[in-house]
Amino acid sequence: MIFSPEIIELVRIGIWETLFMVFASSAISYLIGIPLGIILVVTDKDGIRPIPVLQQVLGIVINLLRSIPFMILLIMVLPITRFLVGTTLGAKAVVPPLVIAAAPYIARMVESSFKEVDAGVIEAAKSMGASTFQIIWKVLLPEAKPSLLVGAAISITTILGYSAMAGFTGGGGLGTIAINYGYYRYQTDMMFLTVAILVIIVQIIQEAGMRLARVSDKRIR
Amino acid sequence: MTGEAPIIQLKGMGKEFKTANGPVVALDDINLDIRRGEIFGIIGLSGAGKSTLVRCINMLEIPTSGEVIFEGQNLAALPEREQRKARQSMGMIFQQFNLLAQRNVIRNICFPMEIAGFTKAKAQARALELLKLVGLEDRAKAYPAQLSGGQKQRVAIARAIATSPKVILCDEATSALDPNTTKSILQLLKQINQDLGITVIVITHEMAVIEAICDRVAIIDHSHIAEVGNVSDIFTDPKSRIGRQLILGDAVENVRFDNSRKIRITFDGRESMEPVIANMILASKVPVNIMYASTRDIGGKAVGQMIVQLPEDETDANRALNYLKSVKILFEEVTGDDI
Repeated sequence: MIFSPEIIELVRIGIWETLFMVFASSAISYLIGIPLGIILVVTDKDGIRPIPVLQQVLGIVINLLRSIPFMILLIMVLPITRFLVGTTLGAKAVVPPLVIAAAPYIARMVESSFKEVDAGVIEAAKSMGASTFQIIWKVLLPEAKPSLLVGAAISITTILGYSAMAGFTGGGGLGTIAINYGYYRYQTDMMFLTVAILVIIVQIIQEAGMRLARVSDKRIR
Repeated sequence: MTGEAPIIQLKGMGKEFKTANGPVVALDDINLDIRRGEIFGIIGLSGAGKSTLVRCINMLEIPTSGEVIFEGQNLAALPEREQRKARQSMGMIFQQFNLLAQRNVIRNICFPMEIAGFTKAKAQARALELLKLVGLEDRAKAYPAQLSGGQKQRVAIARAIATSPKVILCDEATSALDPNTTKSILQLLKQINQDLGITVIVITHEMAVIEAICDRVAIIDHSHIAEVGNVSDIFTDPKSRIGRQLILGDAVENVRFDNSRKIRITFDGRESMEPVIANMILASKVPVNIMYASTRDIGGKAVGQMIVQLPEDETDANRALNYLKSVKILFEEVTGDDI
């Protein structure tokens, strides 16, 4: 009965919704997180264009957002969600809170990847007369690429975990299925099924990210 | 070359760093003229300020006082955009090579040309040319991780001269390399200096590097220039304490002569054209103490005798004596009363 056509259809939609939530919010979070990460590194007091005040204020805002538990944030931003998407239910409605939670996290991940770039190489670029933009575009981003890809795998799987929590507020996806069937109706087999599917998705994303990073890294071999 | 304006002039240049423990003076009142087309060495012990000095020349560090004049322009007074432009006329190579790890050799060489706004085709063509110049045409598609230290430095040199700079700055460029590779890299720098007329500024802590390729040298010590001059002059007659220490080495300072052996060297006119004592010192690497000398010039020949004291260390003393024997110079050991 667990593999009845209705259930299969339900899970199929759940997978699709989960993937939609995760990838849509990851994409938007990266669009916000990469520039923030760049600003954090570049404006650092030892950065290529130090603006310590901006760096510190941004750092505080990011820490603030990151210290709010996701479950609480989900509820806190409901008005924003309603304003942006027109509803607080379903997969689409989970995207705004996911972005608000993930973008600061990604900014920190990106920051740490950029900090791994050899300072000597940045100095060499400066000695050639490179502008700040050229250093970001031609040195920081390409040199940090393998590390950014590893970071992306970690970030996306973290976002996947957050998206499942959104089931509690009717967010849709596999998280909702697990909560509705497993938690409210005591159908543990449904719960295990969705958890198994989540585990598989995490494995695939993580492995793909690591493999991409390895293939793109010219430092090895 | 005399009379022509220097390509780089440092006038009363100083650099102070602000640290948590108050300001630290890295350089103070540096005055240097670097002539067009020469290989100029800057030597000093680590911490003397030489790396800061070279970075002040291309404005990677902004001097806190004085002027840096490059081709008649005070770089320190230029707006940042112009400073960046000026840097394109100064290539730089580093101890750790600083190649982009994610770019292959040819794209590394293209990098400064991309920054300077060359077209892709032009940059590519020039990069291939330079690769031939540094002898790595078969490694164009290799990544830095696949190259040896010497090869990496060759790529870095090709990259540093890609935009046809007038000067290249070498910051301890051979310090991470083995002696043979060092020799070949220095040779390449000399070749570039001679064939392309690029002025080369070499920062090092190794006297051998200065000796191998430099025309002139400045010795820097505790944030100041201790002395500056032609390499040959400074090598034969270092005036500053640090100069003597760098050239003669630490060993000399510790030599003791008390109660040591003395020898009488007799000049009978045969060795008149030869600097006997200097050769002995150079060949045996042992200093001696001249106690007494009486030589006369007779018809262009030196005649007379000299009493020199040998170091207390027996092996050192014997090395000097063996040298004298090998070149058949007459000597006898003397005791205190004989003098």
